[in-house]
Amino acid sequence: MIVDRRPLNFWERLYLPAIIGGLKVTVRHAFDTLFRHKVVTMEYPEQKWTVPVNYRGAPYLVKDQEGSTKCVSCQLCEFVCPPKAIRITPPAASKLVADRPNAEKMPLEFEINMLRCIFCGFCQEVCPEEAIFLQKDYSLTGLSRKELVYNKEKLLALGGTEGGIQKWKNKLEEAKSQENFPVKV
Amino acid sequence: MNWTFIIFSLVKIAIVIGVVQGLVAYSVLAERKISAWIQNRVGPNRTAPPFAKYIPIVGPALIRLGMFQPLADGLKFLLKEDFTPGGVRKVYFWLAPAIAIIPAMLTVAVIPFGSTMGGQQMVIADLNVGILYTFGIVSLGVYGIVLAGYAANSKYPFFGGIRSSAQMISYEISMGMSVIPVLMIVGNLNLSSIIGWQATNGWLVLYSPVSFFIFLIASFAETNRLPFDLPEAETELVGGYHTEYGSMKFALFFLGEYSNMIASGGMMVTLFFGGWTLPFWGLDHAATGIGMGFVHILIFLVKMLLFMALFIWVRWMFPRFRYDQLMDLGWRRFLPLALANILITAVVLYLKVK
Repeated sequence: MIVDRRPLNFWERLYLPAIIGGLKVTVRHAFDTLFRHKVVTMEYPEQKWTVPVNYRGAPYLVKDQEGSTKCVSCQLCEFVCPPKAIRITPPAASKLVADRPNAEKMPLEFEINMLRCIFCGFCQEVCPEEAIFLQKDYSLTGLSRKELVYNKEKLLALGGTEGGIQKWKNKLEEAKSQENFPVKV
Repeated sequence: MNWTFIIFSLVKIAIVIGVVQGLVAYSVLAERKISAWIQNRVGPNRTAPPFAKYIPIVGPALIRLGMFQPLADGLKFLLKEDFTPGGVRKVYFWLAPAIAIIPAMLTVAVIPFGSTMGGQQMVIADLNVGILYTFGIVSLGVYGIVLAGYAANSKYPFFGGIRSSAQMISYEISMGMSVIPVLMIVGNLNLSSIIGWQATNGWLVLYSPVSFFIFLIASFAETNRLPFDLPEAETELVGGYHTEYGSMKFALFFLGEYSNMIASGGMMVTLFFGGWTLPFWGLDHAATGIGMGFVHILIFLVKMLLFMALFIWVRWMFPRFRYDQLMDLGWRRFLPLALANILITAVVLYLKVK
């Protein structure tokens, strides 16, 4: 294809109108930035992205509506975790009982190494108790490697509460009612 | 030689160098801030010593404006490892940054930055050949860049050096030619008398706007600023002549470039915009008191800083010229224009005298 190259007219050859046009554009942008706050920069620590609902951030442990730990130390998440970031110490010898009625166990210690975690969400997917969720934090910082191994206390504090089913809540009544079956007259 | 002259000269030299270096540091900040504003960004607004935020009102505003950034930049350059790459030609490699900055600093010597203060003329050297001195020194500036390009012993810096030598030599000619009408009108090479002439007859930009126009554009080329920054075109030559330089040696090139900008801004103010004078409120004759002396220095600095702002503004607006376009503009447009300007001025002056 032959491009039609129109010869420049006198003003175009002089460059000056184009230069003045350019100066006007830059001044307009500077004016917008200074006086009309049309800034494209997001000043990060103060302003943050609002992440989408399905965002996969850091996994934290959650509590139920009544403020008790949901995790029952089944260690499925530890097993499924691809980078082996989760490390659970079961209660075993310590005889630690769960802080809610009817649950058998709760972990003595639950650690997630946030430097290893790849935010894949397998732990959330595999958890039978809905006790661990990938939440919206994406900038985890620390001054040492040790600082980024989050323990149970920290994970629970960061996780907040997540309602949903309370599997163990009416277990006792259910068991009793089952024992009472068939209903004796 | 009398001692008072020597002492006052030394004091003036110290103050001028200090002020110029300070201005250089803050014009780097201005460059970053103005570029940010033009591109709808924020620019440096975090760096601050720990105590700064406790100063009420002023402190946070200064941090927001990035006023402490130059201190951090300077400190960074000083503390960086002074690395000398393996293949360089060592002597020239060490010599080049010094040669780049010395002419830039020397140019400032003849520029009158104020009228008088305590009986002292506010100019380091009131030379009778002021402008010739300036052109002589400015043309030395190219050696630093060429030497840096040669010393690095690597192809991109070499290209940068070659380009810059061709560019600076070409534009020096039109720059020199553009000033001749000014000299013909005033009839004196001394910069103080040029200012004196402008105080009585009006600014020279009104008498010879074409001269100013050519001088302005040639000084963009001389200082390697953006429409003509071929010697350090990042996208083509990595970093140009200072690719192999780091730490304080790189900073010296940087200082040299900005000192050159300040010097050429000062030259333009002196030659075309009446130096430290203003045509109203009786600010056009030499000061008697110290207060007026300060006002004159302030006027000069404000005018010069306006030119610095123009330099920076133009940088963030223009695309770079292609090399042949650059040469075309220098040799086939500005040189004939400057020569015609000389001729026309001469004819007009002749007719006036007659």
